[in-house]
Amino acid sequence: MNEIINTLYAEEVKNAIKAGGQRLDKRKLDEFRKIEIKKGGLNWADGSAIVKIGDTEVVCGIKFEIGEPYPDSPDQGSMTLNIELTGIASPEYFTGPPTLEAMEYGRIADRVIRSAEIIDFKDLCIIPGEKVLLIFIDCYAINAAGNIIDATEIASICALLDAKIPKIDENNKIIKGEYSDKKLNIKKIPLSFTFEKIENKIVLDPTDKEEDAGTTRFSIGICEDKIVSCQKSKSGTFTQKEILEMTDIALKKYGEIKKEILKYIKM
Amino acid sequence: MTRYDGRKNDELRPIKIQVGIIKNADGSCYLEWGKNTVLATVHGPKPIFPKHLGDETKAIIDYRYRMAPFSVSERKAPVPGKREKEISLVSGQALESAIFVEKFPNTVIDIDTIILSADAGTRVAALTAASVACANAGIPMKGLISAVAAGVVNKECVLDLMYEEEATEGTTDMPLALLMPQKEIVLLQMDGNVDRKQWETIIEMATKGSEKVYELQKKALLEKYPIEGELDE
Repeated sequence: MNEIINTLYAEEVKNAIKAGGQRLDKRKLDEFRKIEIKKGGLNWADGSAIVKIGDTEVVCGIKFEIGEPYPDSPDQGSMTLNIELTGIASPEYFTGPPTLEAMEYGRIADRVIRSAEIIDFKDLCIIPGEKVLLIFIDCYAINAAGNIIDATEIASICALLDAKIPKIDENNKIIKGEYSDKKLNIKKIPLSFTFEKIENKIVLDPTDKEEDAGTTRFSIGICEDKIVSCQKSKSGTFTQKEILEMTDIALKKYGEIKKEILKYIKM
Repeated sequence: MTRYDGRKNDELRPIKIQVGIIKNADGSCYLEWGKNTVLATVHGPKPIFPKHLGDETKAIIDYRYRMAPFSVSERKAPVPGKREKEISLVSGQALESAIFVEKFPNTVIDIDTIILSADAGTRVAALTAASVACANAGIPMKGLISAVAAGVVNKECVLDLMYEEEATEGTTDMPLALLMPQKEIVLLQMDGNVDRKQWETIIEMATKGSEKVYELQKKALLEKYPIEGELDE
């Protein structure tokens, strides 16, 4: 898509918002798009999920590896979350080294899951101080139509819920394709809620066109009735009142979105 | 509950700001914040190379947050990690909201901050110093960026966490930056676990704290650029 058309789209988004808080896809300002999830199905992944939020689609695969623990937590495994924004997902993205944007999206989604402390990393210890299991959560945007952050977070949590811990042999190596009876024992679902500020109005779950029209973004991580993480980004500003309003929307929506996810996932 | 250094819950650590200490820079600032020490320099606006990196509508803010290898107890490799890159990104965006970037199309403003010694709250210390350095460089700004963190340590809401508090298990840390005097939030990050009431308390605490930081920034700048021929005389 060329730049002038994108500019025209952004104008349309802004005009609709100015005309009385309308969104081009007729959603309410605090309404999420339809969420669809396919859990599992990737043969070589230890856990996987494909998540759609409207036209945005993210696939996540999990692989366990054996590695060394961090010196400050010798009896704990660890996790790494990564999201790739390649040319597959949008003509705006280019295949190559990870962009700052991708790195930031990954860090935000990572923080939601990490801060909610849903994984007991001590369960992943093999030999304290020497060998632990590392969880690699790798995501790819398949189609980028806005709000990759929340799609990445939901895909990651669904893949974690799907994940099986591999069996380990007497030499402390992973036995490929064989799994222990243990699961990650995740009891809570932390969720990310991303907002975009457009013409002084705030919309939840922005589309790519809304992201282009907006000046400021806010992502907040909610786990049950607690706030576990947040990130303000882009060069606009928020008032304290706006931050608290977004917090209340996220807290209010948490139950609804969790219910949507539980339609596809058994805990 | 008393704090490690005996501060009140809403009390800042001692902050010392020096303006314009590096000759070769267009603007600079040296800042001591408790046991944090930070250096910030500003170069530009200047033409951007290669040219395709420029923006024909505004200046690019190239903000770098870096920790010196000797700034923490275990040597930190000088190559910036993901954490430093992310902090650089959101801090640069925060400063961009204060600068009239549209006045300088096709240019770059280089802002370098380096943590010489770290004791928690380094990103807010760096941003506070960078904002003063921008003022020292004479860059047209809507206001200053004033920043501080607040959080929850052992179930208590506290302002300006020091290392021992940040390292306590279960701590929530929330760096916040305001555009002052407009009081608009330009940076907000958090990780931890708080309820709605604590959330509102720490945001309010960090807002009040940032206003105090703003007064110190103003004082340092007015000492550097005194008002001549006061009207009272």
